[in-house]
Amino acid sequence: MKPYLREKTQFGFHDVPENTCFEAGYLVTKNSGWRSIRPVVEHGKCTGCMQCYLYCPDGVISIENKKAVVDYKFCKGCGICSKICKTGAIEMEAEK
Amino acid sequence: MAKKFLSGDEAFAEGIRLVRPEVISAYPITPQTIVVERLSEMVEDKSLDSEFIHVESEHSALSCAMGASAAGVRAFTATSSQGLLYMAECLYYASGGRFPIVMMNANRSTALPWNIYGDQRDSLSQLDSGWIQAYAENAQESLDLALMSYYIAEKREVSTPFMVNLDGFILTHTYEEVDIPTQDQADIFLPKYETDNKLDLDNPKNMAFSAGPEHNYIFKYKEHIGMKNAVSVIGEAEKKFSEIFGRKYSGLIDTYKTEDADYIIITLGSIAGLCRETADKLRKNGNRAGVLRIRYMRPFPAKEITEIVKNAKSVAVLEKDISFGNEGTVFTNVNSALHTEKINVPSYNFIGGLGGRNISASDIEHIYSAMEKGTEKVNFIGIEVEE
Amino acid sequence: MAVTAKNLCKDEFFYGHKACAGCGGSLAVRNALKVLGKNAVAVLPAGCMSAVGFNFPQLCFANNAIISTFAGTSSMLTGIEAGFRRRGITDFTAVGFAGDGGTADIGIQALSGAIDRNDNIIYICYDNEAYMNTGIQKSGLTPFGAKTTTTPAGENIRGNIRPKKNMFEIVAAHDISYAATATVGYMTDFLNKIEMLHIPEKIFMRLHLLLLFLMMVLLMRTLSLKMRKTASKR
Repeated sequence: MKPYLREKTQFGFHDVPENTCFEAGYLVTKNSGWRSIRPVVEHGKCTGCMQCYLYCPDGVISIENKKAVVDYKFCKGCGICSKICKTGAIEMEAEK
Repeated sequence: MAKKFLSGDEAFAEGIRLVRPEVISAYPITPQTIVVERLSEMVEDKSLDSEFIHVESEHSALSCAMGASAAGVRAFTATSSQGLLYMAECLYYASGGRFPIVMMNANRSTALPWNIYGDQRDSLSQLDSGWIQAYAENAQESLDLALMSYYIAEKREVSTPFMVNLDGFILTHTYEEVDIPTQDQADIFLPKYETDNKLDLDNPKNMAFSAGPEHNYIFKYKEHIGMKNAVSVIGEAEKKFSEIFGRKYSGLIDTYKTEDADYIIITLGSIAGLCRETADKLRKNGNRAGVLRIRYMRPFPAKEITEIVKNAKSVAVLEKDISFGNEGTVFTNVNSALHTEKINVPSYNFIGGLGGRNISASDIEHIYSAMEKGTEKVNFIGIEVEE
Repeated sequence: MAVTAKNLCKDEFFYGHKACAGCGGSLAVRNALKVLGKNAVAVLPAGCMSAVGFNFPQLCFANNAIISTFAGTSSMLTGIEAGFRRRGITDFTAVGFAGDGGTADIGIQALSGAIDRNDNIIYICYDNEAYMNTGIQKSGLTPFGAKTTTTPAGENIRGNIRPKKNMFEIVAAHDISYAATATVGYMTDFLNKIEMLHIPEKIFMRLHLLLLFLMMVLLMRTLSLKMRKTASKR
């Protein structure tokens, strides 16, 4: 479970609720545009130790088949994962 | 039903016992204190099953009540004067969040100079905070408003917090015979509180969020409509109330001998009684005097007032309030209504009772005679200035 | 069992938010919620985490969450805790996340009140040592000598000339059940202190506070007598 992007992103008069109470975890925009650099995982070096997952402020790294996987829709490119990685498996590469 | 000899504060507390709020959070302030003392006693002797929370300030009193309301339960708080001003931020928060909290406010002067006695500057300064504002005249009406306020505030199409105002000391501390309904009657009148505007473990919610310029405006518009919807719900509540309890109320305003009146005093709160007595006295001399008591300042009864006063020769707004540098706020509201409805009746403002200064029967007689002769637009009762 | 990266809840409860890249506060909130789980009811006062997490219709908490007034984190927690209890709900955790200004300055009165009442709530202060959301103004937890936008380091104003308030001792002096400090720099320690707050059986005390200092967190928890009894029965 986690907040996820929804199909409905525009809210006109009738869509705006009567009160300030709305479905939790409702996302309409990505954060990918924030990045100037992106983390790239070299799977050969990744040991699946989960430290990048643990320290990511945005929670965008998950471990699948014992390898770190980045959700680039929400990664802001802060580079903490690269710094924390003991095996040097995550390189920050310039966004093109 | 039982009859008891109660003060306004005590009568309101009896009303709240019948309402059975789940959470009560309040901070003591004169002249509200008796309400929270009585409610504490009721919780102690188990005649009221509520969570009484001893908050450390009025700001926290309403913040806590909002938390309880966001958790989906009925909440109550009470305050006065400085306390109301201290929680002002939360007033706007509660109305914006559409939390149907009820608050009793004991109308009291605001410092400086310090003063504990009654005037209406505290609540009238918060007219724009998005709360329904009712002004009780006597202890019985106070108790009845405790019941009706929840009915109105919690109606889905209203969902607006409700402030019941009692004149400090004159009403809060004066004893009258009060008819107390039974719990069974109260339960028939007031349905159990149900809402979707709450945190929910099964369907998690994000609440009290920000909204940018595009959406914020829509939220505010809907808040306005919610308050406007209260007008018909007040009527509905009073109809149901009279069917169950036998006491009738007359909606946003209450009139006395206005049908044929040439001169009408428009006022609010406990002073209306003395105005009626004076009108009766003047009528014996052939003066056609009437009284219009505003029961609800928000939603404002613009149409109701103009409909009553349209054939009068003049009207005077008597209020315990001043908006410095301008005039009384009730007067501004009444004049706006007269102008909007194109009613060309001369109107005068009489300001009195600030800091609890007595308004006497002869003061009111003077108002009626001044209306007849014509006077300044804004008049200060009992202030004599040598020119 | 100690909380580690491996057994930490895989769900993400704070996701898609607009905190600055690399924000320590958002990391504290994210991981605290992973320990507290889906039944955490979060209260966030006006400040960074509410500004970045709740801009309708972008709502970034997967669990129940609400913004409180700046000064009202603790009192709103009290109301929510009481309200849920009155609804007969017991399997929830009321948790507040406030910054250093929201805790040591504007929110200290309501916090003191909540500790005094011994309400069953968790309070987490993420201390980034200044009013960051408004652009780095001095708070009560800004350290000695720090240059901020309201304490310039010049000829006349020589930065912040007062030491940081000792928030931990202030809280401890209330005779609180549990208080701790932690930092997201030592994540395992942080996670396990949150775990201590989470499970009432583990503690014999009440409001629990965790103070996170850059990013340390002051963890607090009060636990009411009623709750204590329930805890001992379980």
